[in-house]
Amino acid sequence: MSKFKKKTGGGTPAISTASLPDIVFMLLFFFMVTTVMREVTLLVENIKPNATEIKKLERKSLVTYIYVGKPKKQYIPQVGSEPRVQLNDAFARVNEIQQYVITEREAINEAERPLMTVSIKADEDVKMGLITDIKQELRKANTLKINYSTRKGEVYGD
Amino acid sequence: MARNSRAIPEINAGSMADIAFLLLIFFLVTTTMDVDSGINRKLPPWDPEQIQDPPPIKKKNIFTVLVNANDRLLVEDEYMDIKDLRAATVRFLDNNGDGSCQYCQGARNPESSDNPGKAIVSLVNDRGTSYKLYIAVQNELAAAYNELREREAQRKFGISYDNLSEDQQNEVQDMYPQKISEAEPVNLGG
Repeated sequence: MSKFKKKTGGGTPAISTASLPDIVFMLLFFFMVTTVMREVTLLVENIKPNATEIKKLERKSLVTYIYVGKPKKQYIPQVGSEPRVQLNDAFARVNEIQQYVITEREAINEAERPLMTVSIKADEDVKMGLITDIKQELRKANTLKINYSTRKGEVYGD
Repeated sequence: MARNSRAIPEINAGSMADIAFLLLIFFLVTTTMDVDSGINRKLPPWDPEQIQDPPPIKKKNIFTVLVNANDRLLVEDEYMDIKDLRAATVRFLDNNGDGSCQYCQGARNPESSDNPGKAIVSLVNDRGTSYKLYIAVQNELAAAYNELREREAQRKFGISYDNLSEDQQNEVQDMYPQKISEAEPVNLGG
């Protein structure tokens, strides 16, 4: 009789959690490696338009970003609600782009300068007038490779 | 002496998981997985002395796309919906009016482009055009070229354009060279 009693009274054995830290650390390292910290805080609204024929931007170190869009709510009292250009962490005027791009290009080593790409991250509500002005400035700065940053999705959704 | 002989007390590692979890959650939250992607374009070089007399191009080899401030499209002097732009562009590029293009499957309309090598897409937009529509138009034009290139890749090599080697891609690109000309924006009104 005692034989049977032993079996039923045992209960479920505790699962060893000794390897739990290892699993968690593995996940942790994965996220640490893949994490890209946002270098700039966005001062402008930035809902990118949809497109399907997109190419991935490679060589992040050769890419310079220009953000365009309406200023976020908290900045409207200072700068107004018209779409503005943002370079790094500050609002900028269109005529500052040329200098900015040239400075960025100087920072890249000489052999790779022709590969420099400017990524225009513009909000979909921005008018083309502003984008065209930016493009003219880039042409003046002789930075001709550009990329219109988009999301993946159908273009005539709504 | 007594100190040396004493065993080192074991550190409780039970809370290690908690610490790791804390870090893990931090990185989970800060992680942005989005890869930057978009439409690549090359701008024409800045030349203050614009060429006075551009080389003459036959009007039928130019596919004009006008976008006005109200986001209406005018393609080849006709109103068009953005949905139809891709098909219209393909028809224009693949037209093969002079019959010199062996691989084209177009309608050979004498009023449309001679061959893909001569066909130029001219995009004119207003300063008031929305960026959203501009990207949509750019996307549809690029899609038209990609559609034709994909077709030729399938026909010639039997595999998708994306999987071709670089030389093969160049070969297919030369069959349908992408010629999109963007004029300085004008005031189309509207």
